[in-house]
Amino acid sequence: MDFDLPDGHELLRRTVREFAEGEVAPVAEALDREKRFPYEIVRRMGELGWMGIPFPEEVGGAGGDTLAYALAVEELARVDSSVAITMCAHTSLGTQPIYLFGTDEQKAQWLPDLTSGRRLGAFGLTEPEAGSDAGNVRTRARLEDGEWVIDGAKQFITNAGTDISGLVCITARTGEDEISNLIVPNGTPGYEQGEPYRKMGWNASDTRPLTFTGCRVPEANLLGPRGNGFKQFLHILDIGRIGVAAMGVGLAQGALDQALAYAKQRRAFGRPISSFQAIQAKLADMSAEIEAARLLVYKAARLKDAGRPFTLTAAQAKLKTGRLAVRCAEEAVQIHGGYGYIEEYPVCRFYRDAKILTIGEGTDEVQQMVIARALGA
Amino acid sequence: MKICVLVKEVPDAAVTKRIDPATGRLDRSGEKNLNPYDTHAIEAAMQLKEGGQLQVDEIVAITMGPESAVRALHKAVSLGADRSVHLTDEALAGSDVAATGYALAQTLKRENPDLVLLGQQSDDGECYTIGAVVADHLQAPSLTQVISIEVDGDVLRCERQAEYGYDTVEVELPAVISVGDAINEPRYPSLKAIMGAKKKPLETLSAADAGIDLSRVGAAGSQVECGSFKAPPAKAAGTIIEDEDTNETVEKIVAWLDERKLI
Ligand SMILES: Cc1cc2nc3c(=O)[nH]c(=O)nc-3n(C[C@H](O)[C@H](O)[C@H](O)COP(=O)(O)OP(=O)(O)OC[C@H]3O[C@@H](n4cnc5c(N)ncnc54)[C@H](O)[C@@H]3O)c2cc1C
Repeated sequence: MDFDLPDGHELLRRTVREFAEGEVAPVAEALDREKRFPYEIVRRMGELGWMGIPFPEEVGGAGGDTLAYALAVEELARVDSSVAITMCAHTSLGTQPIYLFGTDEQKAQWLPDLTSGRRLGAFGLTEPEAGSDAGNVRTRARLEDGEWVIDGAKQFITNAGTDISGLVCITARTGEDEISNLIVPNGTPGYEQGEPYRKMGWNASDTRPLTFTGCRVPEANLLGPRGNGFKQFLHILDIGRIGVAAMGVGLAQGALDQALAYAKQRRAFGRPISSFQAIQAKLADMSAEIEAARLLVYKAARLKDAGRPFTLTAAQAKLKTGRLAVRCAEEAVQIHGGYGYIEEYPVCRFYRDAKILTIGEGTDEVQQMVIARALGA
Repeated sequence: MKICVLVKEVPDAAVTKRIDPATGRLDRSGEKNLNPYDTHAIEAAMQLKEGGQLQVDEIVAITMGPESAVRALHKAVSLGADRSVHLTDEALAGSDVAATGYALAQTLKRENPDLVLLGQQSDDGECYTIGAVVADHLQAPSLTQVISIEVDGDVLRCERQAEYGYDTVEVELPAVISVGDAINEPRYPSLKAIMGAKKKPLETLSAADAGIDLSRVGAAGSQVECGSFKAPPAKAAGTIIEDEDTNETVEKIVAWLDERKLI
């Protein structure tokens, strides 16, 4: 058993850290405040190969693995969650379905633009009446003259409404007891992206409701066999959880790093507050929990890369890290005192950004269901 | 032409530096990284290659260091070097600046480069001198603290940071140039470049391979002796004087200095 990262992975981790600290950190507060999508950062991440890390070079990807992807997500989230989720949702939700289930034509048409980050991919699963109960899809698609005609609405969709959004993969009911996935390119008449939500956090990331009204796409936009949509999205969510779990570890680590630096420099009662046992206990607990959670995330990534079952470990990692991120962000704010409540300090943003990690890509309660099922309970 | 870039593995900038009380030397355990100044040297080499005014056929990264220093070479090749050379030998441990410069120069002689680039200082030792030592052994002109390189026919026109302003110096090749961090913005290596780094040739040399005279290297071959290095004493908390009435404040400062017999 080897806990050291392979050399290439270690170098990637460092590189992403340097990029995040050098290029993302200086603008993160402004992007959040102005709710501005990070186009320039996405462009540069695309050039560096980070918008398509786990996809092979033949389809334009960087040829990395899930571990490399998780490390990059972690290091981005350590500095800014909006940037991290943009890359993360694009990769594991937007691009992954086409890579896994697409025909050669669909891959050739879409993957080079997606894996290079020139275009963003989105995944439209959630609906007003289908969240945790994602199978309760109401959006319908019927075949008419060689085209799918789509009617319905999607809720809370990441990456669908930016200037560079290329497509959304949606689940739709193609028969009474039949869910299928369809590719809907941006610009298709009848496909509209609503106004961005006013969110608690993830302010620089794009999240919108989508509507489909008599929206027509070619029959060939069906993704994988008709009726396989349910199975497909469960698999996509399994993979996605590794990325979101890496976001939790990253955010928690960022919160700890900020809190430690602040505690060493802030003085009270004539001493740095880091010398008080109460503060040290918080820092020590955070550090121990983060390291444990990190190992769980890397294990899930490693299992997937080895082609072994990873559903249980990924759900455990997601459950563990979402809560951890929320708790570490809270402790980091606490250590900052009043300054932690002020937006000049990154921990203030971290506190707002953390909460979604116990909700998105399957709530904690859903993870518990997945885990309990795997335990045979 | 061939450019050799000298690189070094150093403790990561994020690691707090401390003196190892047992050896009286810098504690180099903990996370390591490629010396940040060296990334500027590699970038300078890449810009010369990509600029097209010189026909650069090859960029070779060279390091002297323990086994772990391979990682610095990996980073160097991910940043654009075509291949790398790792000089590593127990006999080299403990070499001072003069011995290190000699050993590197011996390694460079095997490569016979037209230009040697390096960072002006290392993040750990901060001696600023390796470039000059290497140049002396190679009998090549040496420029230090260079912050701009322009190709002009056969010469390189360099600006070097001086105490006030810049010196503009022209140098003919072969030459040894150490660069400052103002010279460029090093690129980030792409993931493909990182993954490709392991596939680029890496040559490992012993001191004997490089034709190094063992009496001139290592702790024994070094003139520098490490005496008793100690970490500086921790600073006591200062006194903060609120400036309510400036006259009073001045009086307080004078009294404070006077008490300590500083004035
Ligand atoms: C910023 C943001 C970005 C998002 N991006 C995307 C995206 O790109 N694509 C996409 O498809 N979706 C996206 N989502 C949607 C997200 O995945 C859902 O919000 C999430 O799955 C929860 O669904 P819901 O909001 O309908 O909550 P509900 O399912 O209504 O859940 C409400 C509460 O009930 C609990 N609950 C529900 N069922 C059970 C049960 N059986 N047992 C116990 N408890 C239960 C839940 O855990 C939760 O606490 C995003 C959401 C946000 C806020």
